[in-house]
Amino acid sequence: MADVSLRKVVKRYDEVEAVRGIDLDIADHEFVVLVGPSGCGKSTTLRMIAGLEDISDGDIMIGGDVVNDVPPKDRDIAMVFQNYALYPHMTVAENMSFGLRLKNYPKAEIKSRVTEAARMLDITDLIDRKPKQLSGGQRQRVAMGRAIVRNPKVFLFDEPLSNLDAKLRVQMRIEIKKVHQKVRTTTVYVTHDQVEAMTLADRVVVMNHGRIEQIGTPNELYHKPATRFVASFIGSPAMNFVPCRLEDVGGKLNVRLTDRLAFALPPARAARYQSLSRTDRLLLGIRPEHVMEARPHAGPGVEPFDAVLDVTEPMGMETLVYFTLEGSQVCGRVSPNAGAQDGSPLRLAVDLNNMHLLNEVTGAVL
Amino acid sequence: MSTMTIDKSGPTRKVKYGSMSRDRTWALRWSYFFLILFAIFSLTPPLYMLITSLKSSAEISAATNPWWVYHPTLSNYIELLTSNQFLRFFWNSAWVSIIVVTITMLISVPAAFALARMKFWGSATLATGVFLTYLIPDSLLFIPLFKMFAVFGDWTGIQLVNRWYVLLFIYPTLTVPFCTWIMIGYFASIPKELDEAAIIDGASWFQTLTRIFIPVALPGLIAATIFAFTVSWAQFLYPLVFTTSTDQLVLPVGIITTLIKGDVFNWGQIMTGALLGAAPPLIIYAFLMDYYIAGLTAGATKG
Repeated sequence: MADVSLRKVVKRYDEVEAVRGIDLDIADHEFVVLVGPSGCGKSTTLRMIAGLEDISDGDIMIGGDVVNDVPPKDRDIAMVFQNYALYPHMTVAENMSFGLRLKNYPKAEIKSRVTEAARMLDITDLIDRKPKQLSGGQRQRVAMGRAIVRNPKVFLFDEPLSNLDAKLRVQMRIEIKKVHQKVRTTTVYVTHDQVEAMTLADRVVVMNHGRIEQIGTPNELYHKPATRFVASFIGSPAMNFVPCRLEDVGGKLNVRLTDRLAFALPPARAARYQSLSRTDRLLLGIRPEHVMEARPHAGPGVEPFDAVLDVTEPMGMETLVYFTLEGSQVCGRVSPNAGAQDGSPLRLAVDLNNMHLLNEVTGAVL
Repeated sequence: MSTMTIDKSGPTRKVKYGSMSRDRTWALRWSYFFLILFAIFSLTPPLYMLITSLKSSAEISAATNPWWVYHPTLSNYIELLTSNQFLRFFWNSAWVSIIVVTITMLISVPAAFALARMKFWGSATLATGVFLTYLIPDSLLFIPLFKMFAVFGDWTGIQLVNRWYVLLFIYPTLTVPFCTWIMIGYFASIPKELDEAAIIDGASWFQTLTRIFIPVALPGLIAATIFAFTVSWAQFLYPLVFTTSTDQLVLPVGIITTLIKGDVFNWGQIMTGALLGAAPPLIIYAFLMDYYIAGLTAGATKG
């Protein structure tokens, strides 16, 4: 077990910088998820930690030791690949014990470790099968078993669930979480799926264009995104952004969305945004769950307005409604009983206590 | 399948299915037709060899029906199999082929692994170069090669020309490039994650090759082995040029040079020798064909 640190790590491929100087500290036992769109450098970062890619600049430390020039086999890490990468000519047991056999562990120890890992992953019955006789989920379990038996300092997961169907993915997600609760090994997990990131991580690292956009717990990222990218990447359906500006009306601060639509800010928000320029082009960021049907006795900061719905999506426990504001599509979540119908008007309310204000040019959350 | 396919109301669904399977039947008939044609084409010469090998010289020259044996005899077989000279050719061929296959595999498997996986400066060019080497025909190479070995003999005093083991140096120039090329293809088809997993598991490059790549690419390895064996067993031009003494000859050349005396062709024994010479590759093919076809890579990745 060990902590992992990245110091100004850079990866260059010829002229292209895939990773542009990232700093990251991962504590012992921590489960950190690197998330971002494809090409954001998350996999490259993971492969640099593994030693499968050279580091162009900066330092990577595992357990306090700089490992820049340490070959993968001496870094004491284990990796689970997206396509499992099981050795096709070996049985499950042989696959899991390959690393231990290379290091000449005593046979009894190998056997007990494999048995223990197989029991933990519920693959004891499959131990003598070849990979081609296994389903996708079973193969992924074996791949995890191969990592567990090594008892390494760090687990590295490279999009391990991407090849599984949606239902199995949810199941394996829970499985991975359970395994981590048991073995408590420091884990770095790469995914493009923000739901996976949110559900698994102690801390999430959101990456974009080779840089870290924000590091935080899932809740921090969700409620206090630092940038427009994080705000739009985390959460599904994504946060709504509507162009707006601030104006003073009768000593109160208003946020004006359209000529006819403006909301008075609740006192806490008004105080926070008081110093902002009134001429700046801003974006109102609001999550779909904070755009709901108007209720008679709404609390302070919940402002009603009328909208004509373009599309509705009944999800069962709620209905997603889509309408247009100043050319921006906005998504709201209303009760299935709210009477939302395609093309019909509906009185909605926006909860400004949970709003965000962003600079339209820089994308920074203000 | 019913033969009545069309009624007055026009084609129905049933007809459609019927016509589809009728297409299939015709496709099958055509493929059988061509397969049989091809089988006849390629099996007639060996059959003719077999028939001729069972005839005595007198019967062969008597101009009876060439496709029928009136007085079958095993005398050709007995004579060849008890002839020390013929057995000598056989052994020479066997030794040359086995050693050449071994040398080829020892060179081309690591070479292919290096070219397919260890990306180094110029590896792609080198891989293409290996293949281009194979494209140069041996009929173009034998004179310079002969000259090389002759000069080498003059300089060092080590005479390799007219020794069967000179072939051990020459055949790999044919087999190594091609086998390397085959193995590059096979190794390249193995997912990159597999060697990455092995490296993380603590395997060295050599262990990755011996414990992961060779077992996984076994069908390719066997294909390359079969190729190398066939080439060295059937090679004619090089041994004809490089070996002349009868005790140094390999089978194909030995049969031609000893069983044709002047303008007298000992057809019965020539055919027998050719048939016996074809037996080892046949046996090897029969044993290794299953491996050759089996795809061992299934299940390595998501597949």
